[in-house]
Amino acid sequence: MKIERLVTMANDIATFFAVEPDHATAVHGVRDHITRFWDPAMRRQIRTYLDEGGEGLHPLAREAVAGLEVSAGNPA
Amino acid sequence: MLSIVEIDAGTPKATSTTMVALEIDGRRIQVPEGTSVMRAASQAGIGIPKLCATEMLQAFGSCRLCLVEIEGRRGYPASCTTPVSEGMKVSTQTPRLAEIRRGVMELYISDHPLDCLTCPANGHCELQDMAGVVGLRGVRYGYEGANHVFASVPAREDQKASPPSHTDRQANPLFAAKDESNPYFTFDPSKCIACSRCVRACGEVQGTFALTIQGRGFESKVAASQGDRFLDSECVSCGACVQACPTATLSEKSLIEKGQAEHSVVTTCAYCGVGCSFRAEMKGQEIVRMVPNKEGHANHGHSCVKGRFAIGYASHPDRITTPMVRARTSDPWRVVSWEEAIAHVASEFKRIQATYGRHAVGGITSSRCTNEETYLVQKLVRAGFGNNNVDTCARVCHSPTGYGLKTTLGESAGTQDFDSIELTDVVMVIGANPTDAHPVFGSQMKRRLRAGARLIVIDPRRIDLVRSPHIKADYHLKLRPGTNVALLDSLAHVIVTEGLVDEDFVAQRCEPEAFARWRAFVSQEKYSPEAMEATTGVPAALVRGAARLYAAGGNAAIYYGLGVTEHAQGSTSVMAIANLAMATGNIGREGVGVNPLRGQNNVQGSCDMGSFPHEFPGYRHVSDDTVRHLFEQAWGVPLLGEPGLRIPNMFEAALDGSFKGLYIEGEDIAQSDPDTQHVTAALSAMECIVVQDLFLNESAKFAHVFLPGSSFLEKDGTFTNAERRISRVRKVMEPKGGHADWEITQLLAQAMGYPMHYAHPSEIMDEIARLTPTFHGVSFDKLDRLGSIQWPCNEEHPLGTPVMHVDEFVRGKGRFMLTEYVPTAERVSTEYPLILTTGRILSQYNVGAQTRRTDNVLWHGEDRLEIHPHDAEERGLADGDWVGIVSRAGETVLRARISERMQPGVVYTTFHFPGSGANVITTENSDWATNCPEYKVTAVQVTRVTQPSEWQKRYRAFTETQEALLERSVKPLDHA
Repeated sequence: MKIERLVTMANDIATFFAVEPDHATAVHGVRDHITRFWDPAMRRQIRTYLDEGGEGLHPLAREAVAGLEVSAGNPA
Repeated sequence: MLSIVEIDAGTPKATSTTMVALEIDGRRIQVPEGTSVMRAASQAGIGIPKLCATEMLQAFGSCRLCLVEIEGRRGYPASCTTPVSEGMKVSTQTPRLAEIRRGVMELYISDHPLDCLTCPANGHCELQDMAGVVGLRGVRYGYEGANHVFASVPAREDQKASPPSHTDRQANPLFAAKDESNPYFTFDPSKCIACSRCVRACGEVQGTFALTIQGRGFESKVAASQGDRFLDSECVSCGACVQACPTATLSEKSLIEKGQAEHSVVTTCAYCGVGCSFRAEMKGQEIVRMVPNKEGHANHGHSCVKGRFAIGYASHPDRITTPMVRARTSDPWRVVSWEEAIAHVASEFKRIQATYGRHAVGGITSSRCTNEETYLVQKLVRAGFGNNNVDTCARVCHSPTGYGLKTTLGESAGTQDFDSIELTDVVMVIGANPTDAHPVFGSQMKRRLRAGARLIVIDPRRIDLVRSPHIKADYHLKLRPGTNVALLDSLAHVIVTEGLVDEDFVAQRCEPEAFARWRAFVSQEKYSPEAMEATTGVPAALVRGAARLYAAGGNAAIYYGLGVTEHAQGSTSVMAIANLAMATGNIGREGVGVNPLRGQNNVQGSCDMGSFPHEFPGYRHVSDDTVRHLFEQAWGVPLLGEPGLRIPNMFEAALDGSFKGLYIEGEDIAQSDPDTQHVTAALSAMECIVVQDLFLNESAKFAHVFLPGSSFLEKDGTFTNAERRISRVRKVMEPKGGHADWEITQLLAQAMGYPMHYAHPSEIMDEIARLTPTFHGVSFDKLDRLGSIQWPCNEEHPLGTPVMHVDEFVRGKGRFMLTEYVPTAERVSTEYPLILTTGRILSQYNVGAQTRRTDNVLWHGEDRLEIHPHDAEERGLADGDWVGIVSRAGETVLRARISERMQPGVVYTTFHFPGSGANVITTENSDWATNCPEYKVTAVQVTRVTQPSEWQKRYRAFTETQEALLERSVKPLDHA
């Protein structure tokens, strides 16, 4: 999928949780949302993108994606 | 004409719990206090003659036919306007009453045509019935005098020709010709008895007040608006007047054409989320007319122009009734047998899965399908395709409602029933236009507002509700599109900082830490109405006034629509709304609550049935092992615990080559989804698109297989409306394509190698009930018994649940969420200085596939661009000019309508016609949580133009090509 779209989606989620005063809760919120609603292939793609530098990702999204579970799940 | 099967008790039901005993014609009876003598008699099985009375309407007491005698009272009181009292003794039949009634009827008939045998009401005419009941045997007055019946009358002596003749006639000034302007009914004033039932129905039931009685005495006549033709008047063609009319004065054209129905079947409307119950009046398999069901729990006998009249699409010649297949979308269609079509789809999907992987196919269900159908499609995808790539069109309308209400309250549904509004003191309407999009509930809301409830409207446009007959909003917060969260947060700011929080409710019912954080969050000065004024465009004083009214005005209920959800912050807005309701204690009882007005008939149901890629029926995440094992056991196959692709993800995956096959049931993504060119590029990139629909819709033009679907009249099932109300859809005719939609999905599953063997949709519902705790108590049998059921319906709530979250929230404690306002990325600039917002109109429905194929086009034959006079003047635009609308996504051309309903800087259009290309302009921006598109905010420029846009030219050429390919479709016989 177009990575720009996934980055925008991840950043939109991060923007919602950014208001959360407790940082760990905010990171967990973003990660949990992506885990619960994104197809595993999308999760793998954004994770790979982060591993390659992750340009344009919101700081909160970066942290959340860094801890994303990507091993299990649907094959591409 | 009233329903052919309902018994009309004459006056509305009384609601008192105090009972009153009386005697009518020697029969003792007990009825609720406030009941009329007429209704009490009806309950005792005694029919009192009547003409101006019907239980649709308040008693009027004008026809003087229902007079009775009451022991100890003087005179002859009208039974419709006389309430019962304890110990009352009533006589309905006495020689004196008979004489009076005959006298009254004689006068009526002396000014009424005697063409009964050829009259459309023949057989169900109340005037004719009453003439029979009172024993009228002659009319002493003759027909030569003043009358409304004949076009001409005998000439007066001084007007006679020379030489005079006894046959000389002159025009009758009292006569008015039949008005046939409305496409669905006629108005024949010569048959009118001036009972005012139509006038009162228009006011009391519909709330439009388009009809009136003009003139006095013998000159009294019914007039639409200022004596206009019905079509040119303010009439919204709801048909309440036609239903109320006791004679053939107002008659359905279909009744005139076909004659009286011989049977009647109760079913549920397939248009909006109100879910009106109808009686389909039938002659064999042909519909004579649709009459709203008095017993209908959502509509109580009312309907709108769509449900009552716009059903002609079901028998439109555009219906495709045979399966068709083609290898490429540039090929002509090949008509094939069901066996061949199904085998072809199965082999293609298997080939695609073998070549590109199990996840390269998916399905889309629709809010236009029944619960049983959507359940089967998601089952086919999860169990048959072996992935979770299933989504529904609620993705693009109310998915934020599901997410937002689940997060805060614990259940993805509205909290009330419609009748809850009868106890509401303050109605807050946000981003919804009930009088257009949910007309029957809109009428109920207007009735409550006329009875004194206060009204707050939050909408960029001046919708009809803001100012309509006998209704004026206390506050209209005319905000800038895209600033809902800013406004909702400033309402919360006022409630918190002015001490309007219901502290007891919050302490008992909500999570204390989440509330404390929320309180601190909305108290910030940046959310004060004064600070937010520059963002929202709403004067701070109005925001403060509205917040106080909502918080302290008694029972306050919020009704919202797609103007809340279809934004980049749609889910945030839904949560902000739930926050307001919790903070003020306006939830968990009658008269209050959070009420999403669902767009289509089965939005609620399609979501309930597990159409979303991440959850099973009943909103349970696929990763929940216990739930998944339950379904694995029931369905006999292993299921995936990871979410699949959402509709926009499917498009992206199609464009990158990983998603190749799509089964679409009843949805038209090529017209309804945003950024059309992106959608059609994705569709063009797939190898097997299967469209199951009534018509060759926009998506079908990109399809490889067409499976003829069935209309709601052709199958059994259930729909679930905006109030969680499950109602039966009943088959009144055979499917035109040979199979009901659930049968087609079942055939497909079998061909894919996954067994499905349902003999009837009731068996599908039994399976749903077994596997879904909120549906445990639902069955077709119980639905037949109760009429309808609001889920949850289970052991704790065997009769269903009108109001949710009564003693505690479904999630336990209510959870306040922090709702930071984040401006959308879609901003105005010098290049795109206006904001386009989109919406619907009364006469058309969604993509228009149904309503465009009816006479409703007379009211709305094209989508127009509404623009404020100031913006129009700056651009040199006149009403009706062609204007180009350009966004960063695309360009289209529409005609302009200059309108002060708009605010400067905001333009508006509907999206009912595919050639309008409203979604060519909308962008890929979406709600952060659900990817619900941001339809309501697109930055555009508008300029005067002289020709269609490039997209429109391409669209027209493409459509012509596809229609030609359909024309050239090859039938099996042609091969031989």
